[in-house]
Amino acid sequence: MSRIFRSNEALVAVTIVLLSLIIGFNNPTFFSVGNLFDLLRSSIVMGIFAMGVLIVIVSGGIDVSFTAIGVFALYSTTRIMKEFMPDASIWIGFMIAATIGLGLGMINAFFIARFKLPTLIVTLGTLSMFHGFLLFAIGNQIIRDVPPAMDAFARSALVRIPLERGVANLHPAILITLTVTIVVWLLLRYTMLGRGIYALGGAREAAERAGFNIPRIQYFIYGFVGLLSGIAGMTFGSMARQANPQDIVGTELNVIAAVVLGGAQLTGGRGTVIGTVLGVMLVVIANNSLVLVGVPTVWQRVVIGLIILVGTGLPAIQAKRASKHSARLAQA
Amino acid sequence: MQQTAQRNSFMNRLMGESQTLRLFIITLLIFVGFSLVLGDRFLSIRNLQSMAVQFPEFGILAFAIMITMLTGGIDLSIVGTANLSAIAAALVLTRLSGEGGAGLPLEATIPLAMLAALTVASLCGLFNGFLVSKVGITPILATLGTGSLYTGLSYVITGGPAITTTQLAFIGNGSIAGVPIPVIVFIVLALVFAVILNRTTLGFNIYMLGTNTRAALFSGINDVKVLVRTYWLAGLVAGIAGIIFLARANSAKPDYGATFILLTVLIAILGGVRYTGGFGTISGLVLSVLSIQFLSTGLNMLMLQLSGSSAAIFFRQFAWGALLLLVMVVNYYVEQRRQRVT
Amino acid sequence: MADEIIRLTGIHKSFAGVRALQDVSLTLERGKIHCLVGENGCGKSTLIKIIAGVYQRDSGSVQINGKEYEQLHPIDSIREGIQVIYQDFSLFPNLTVAENIALNEQLAEGRRFVNWKHVRHVAEDAIAQIEVQMPLDARVEDMSVANKQLIAIAKAMRQNAQLIIMDEPTSALTEREIRVLFTVIHKLQQRGIAFLFVSHKLNEVLEISEAIIVMRNGRVVSTGLANEYNTTRLVYEMTGQSIAEKSYEFTPDLSQPALLRVENLTVPGALYNVSFEMRRGEIVGVTGLLGSGRTELALALFGMLPITAGQIEIDETPVKIRSVQDAIAHGIGYVPEDRLTEGLFLEQSIGRNVVVRTIDKLRGAFGLTDPARVKQQVDEWVTSLRIKTSDPDLPVKTLSGGNQQRVVVAKWLASNPRLMILNGPTMGVDIGSKNEIHELIKRLAGEGMGLLVISDDIPELLQTCNRILLMRNGSIVQEILPGETNENELAAKLIED
Repeated sequence: MSRIFRSNEALVAVTIVLLSLIIGFNNPTFFSVGNLFDLLRSSIVMGIFAMGVLIVIVSGGIDVSFTAIGVFALYSTTRIMKEFMPDASIWIGFMIAATIGLGLGMINAFFIARFKLPTLIVTLGTLSMFHGFLLFAIGNQIIRDVPPAMDAFARSALVRIPLERGVANLHPAILITLTVTIVVWLLLRYTMLGRGIYALGGAREAAERAGFNIPRIQYFIYGFVGLLSGIAGMTFGSMARQANPQDIVGTELNVIAAVVLGGAQLTGGRGTVIGTVLGVMLVVIANNSLVLVGVPTVWQRVVIGLIILVGTGLPAIQAKRASKHSARLAQA
Repeated sequence: MQQTAQRNSFMNRLMGESQTLRLFIITLLIFVGFSLVLGDRFLSIRNLQSMAVQFPEFGILAFAIMITMLTGGIDLSIVGTANLSAIAAALVLTRLSGEGGAGLPLEATIPLAMLAALTVASLCGLFNGFLVSKVGITPILATLGTGSLYTGLSYVITGGPAITTTQLAFIGNGSIAGVPIPVIVFIVLALVFAVILNRTTLGFNIYMLGTNTRAALFSGINDVKVLVRTYWLAGLVAGIAGIIFLARANSAKPDYGATFILLTVLIAILGGVRYTGGFGTISGLVLSVLSIQFLSTGLNMLMLQLSGSSAAIFFRQFAWGALLLLVMVVNYYVEQRRQRVT
Repeated sequence: MADEIIRLTGIHKSFAGVRALQDVSLTLERGKIHCLVGENGCGKSTLIKIIAGVYQRDSGSVQINGKEYEQLHPIDSIREGIQVIYQDFSLFPNLTVAENIALNEQLAEGRRFVNWKHVRHVAEDAIAQIEVQMPLDARVEDMSVANKQLIAIAKAMRQNAQLIIMDEPTSALTEREIRVLFTVIHKLQQRGIAFLFVSHKLNEVLEISEAIIVMRNGRVVSTGLANEYNTTRLVYEMTGQSIAEKSYEFTPDLSQPALLRVENLTVPGALYNVSFEMRRGEIVGVTGLLGSGRTELALALFGMLPITAGQIEIDETPVKIRSVQDAIAHGIGYVPEDRLTEGLFLEQSIGRNVVVRTIDKLRGAFGLTDPARVKQQVDEWVTSLRIKTSDPDLPVKTLSGGNQQRVVVAKWLASNPRLMILNGPTMGVDIGSKNEIHELIKRLAGEGMGLLVISDDIPELLQTCNRILLMRNGSIVQEILPGETNENELAAKLIED
């Protein structure tokens, strides 16, 4: 019993249920199909980003540049599509964005793998570089007349349920998030590469000795995160029907919060896909549903900050207590 | 074996000491370089004055990030703290004096406003210190969280828009004996920090704790006390920066100076502060602040001259990121060479 | 000849002009247990890395299983069945026991995907091979040091190990765990596996090894069968000098009040009703198995463990020790077990390490630190403890192990403690420095300090302490006088239940 509660996933799941009950009790619309679809819609982009961040954190690193990669890929792709292939399908768009993301991710990987630089500092630097380059060299005006393929994608729906007023739409982009989640789960659980990521995060030197090619794993990690970020950025723009070079950047914290709440530890080696999914759900509910219980939106950042502090503080206090009670502290 | 080891570390020390010298030369080269390329526009009294009022804003924040980095942590909430403090000061100023205020004389309100700002800043810093030391949250996460919290509180208080007041403009624009007041504040803080770090037990303990937390514990250094004081100092300094923000911009808003986090990390690393803690000097930091200001102004003028477009301002953002990476890579090669010598 | 796994002939190796190995020749035989002994820095680890293919030799020849290698790469060495188990065991704390055992093998097979059934099968098989019990689904971080070591051996065996090289294999084990380890090793030996232990701890070396190789200053100075060596000869071969130590004689002056009186000290899970007394000038030894409470006693007295019951009196005054600061305020100093991570700030200067305890007192004008007083104190201690350095501003990591330990001691002496607790004071220190540290301990006792020496080094206890407290399961079970026992008797008492 106590063991189940010590697992982070269970704790987050219980929190989600309690929070939902509290909100739903105060405002029954929380449990409506419309709100449910809204919550899913809000999880789409964050979910993709979160899978990338999970991989990085499991490997013992941290990436804060993924939002810049996302908006860079979105904006560049939109311009490329507009100017060179206005009639291309949305899938071409996603491929271009993914490729751009991959390229930018490889720049992160280069600095991290080649020079063994700390990941926070590198990605803080590339965050500024990528965003600065986008605004300076590619464009700083919002593109509102997006290519028709993006427009059509934005209007499409996977499920349409008629309501008393209007209809509730479930956007098909949720399938992208679902696919990414499954792919990352398979990668981490069933491939040697995935186990290598856990090994790297758990004990780098031992991973080297075991014969893992650490630089190659790092190129994969940061390249793959770049690729996912490109897809996430494109998804964001395609759903918003615009490419705003100032969007997305600044939301890093929400995503990192979701992943950390899901049980991933910055020290590396720990973190699960299921935990991350729960973390994303918790952050999305907290972000979206405050209004339902009468909390004004200006409180959003405060709530996110508090969630991070509580989510990281509780395990920290637990760990501290455990080490204080364990008399063999010195031998650890 | 021991003989060679000693010779090597003598080399290390030489490199360590020459780091400040190296930085001094770099700063000088940047200054001379831009003076040659841009001529009078860079060297004009007006430009020099404009640079002098710009750098204290982020220069002061750099002290805050530096001391937290020395302990092996980081404070990513400094900009949030600065803005929240500025808003506190602005609130006191606008509510107690000025139009539609309570009508208190300015002489009374200004000290009250500063007291409010510094109190808020202290509370922010103490809370960070509490979370990092007592609760035991990783500094990155703790201060990301509080950064969000403090910025969020700013939004809650203001509802979004800036609070405008010109009552502190005399600090932002004023000067004493020709030296702008923000510069004087920066110099005083540099001296205070040099004394704290080199001549007090707290400073000594900050370096030791940053070098080896466990050994510090076993040596009887009270880590909670040191960390709480460090983050409190960082918060207090951020509050001073907040007052300067308000004095220069004549307004306080929740999202001012969002790029300063990156910039201050860049300054600290360029200035030779080791990101794992334990090493770094005030002289290095000050030189780093100056060279960043020269670069900032010089690059802006250069880009404007070359492209003429308004997008030139974004080039700087790119340049900061690139420079941070460049410095890290250079440090990597310096370290490699040092090890090869060993 | 067919029995040889490894034959090294005339190996030389230098680093940046410094000779690490000179003309090293040796052979390792199948099914035999070898031991490589030597002081720190004698070239042991360089030699291991050459055998493992991590370093390339400058000259000389390497033959493995009769095959001459021009260039030996790590992968060649592994293919020839050579497995090195380092002190950290190269395990992944965040992964399960089963995965840790199977991971290397799966990598070596070039697998791209993980078959979890196969992983489990491999692990079960490996554990069965060494005939021990192990929870395969537990995470390695939750396992004891001894189990981690067995996991590392199981892992090596799955990779067809012919020769297993182990670095300081017994240093973190209790005597009982050492027995288990030795049983496993003997079983594997019967199947033709060769072992090479690398150590500087003398008694276990003699017990398990059949062949001994002694290194000094980069050369092999002596090889032979284990029964040709005794402690005295080994010490002589390792250091090049013979050292005789006197035991410490002290008759407590019962008219004097006790310096420290501990009554019924209890720390749940670690210490139960521990009581003892100690007078000025006494050197009291504390020994016991790992986990017997010896380290916990030190930590409790130093304020690092929560004391729930019992009383501590210092100079006949009851005191409460709830934090390190409390302990220090009552004049207690502590030289920790792990010098490198707990005792020293390696990258900081020798001087800063010496004054870390006293910096707050070295103040001058305006209450600021007075650099002149700091320098004076540093110089004083460097001189009086004979810390060998050209400049106290150098990082402490430039010092040898013995000199580093003296810096740790100096740090405490500078603050004038009444009572010093030394946990494993000569661990990882070469034999020459070891004696000097023992002399220092005796000198301090002579000056009236009380010293509590915690150690599992039986000769050390017999030579330096005037009383030895034997601990078991968190309690003191016996008080022993060095004059009334000998090494073998004490060793036997240590492990009896």
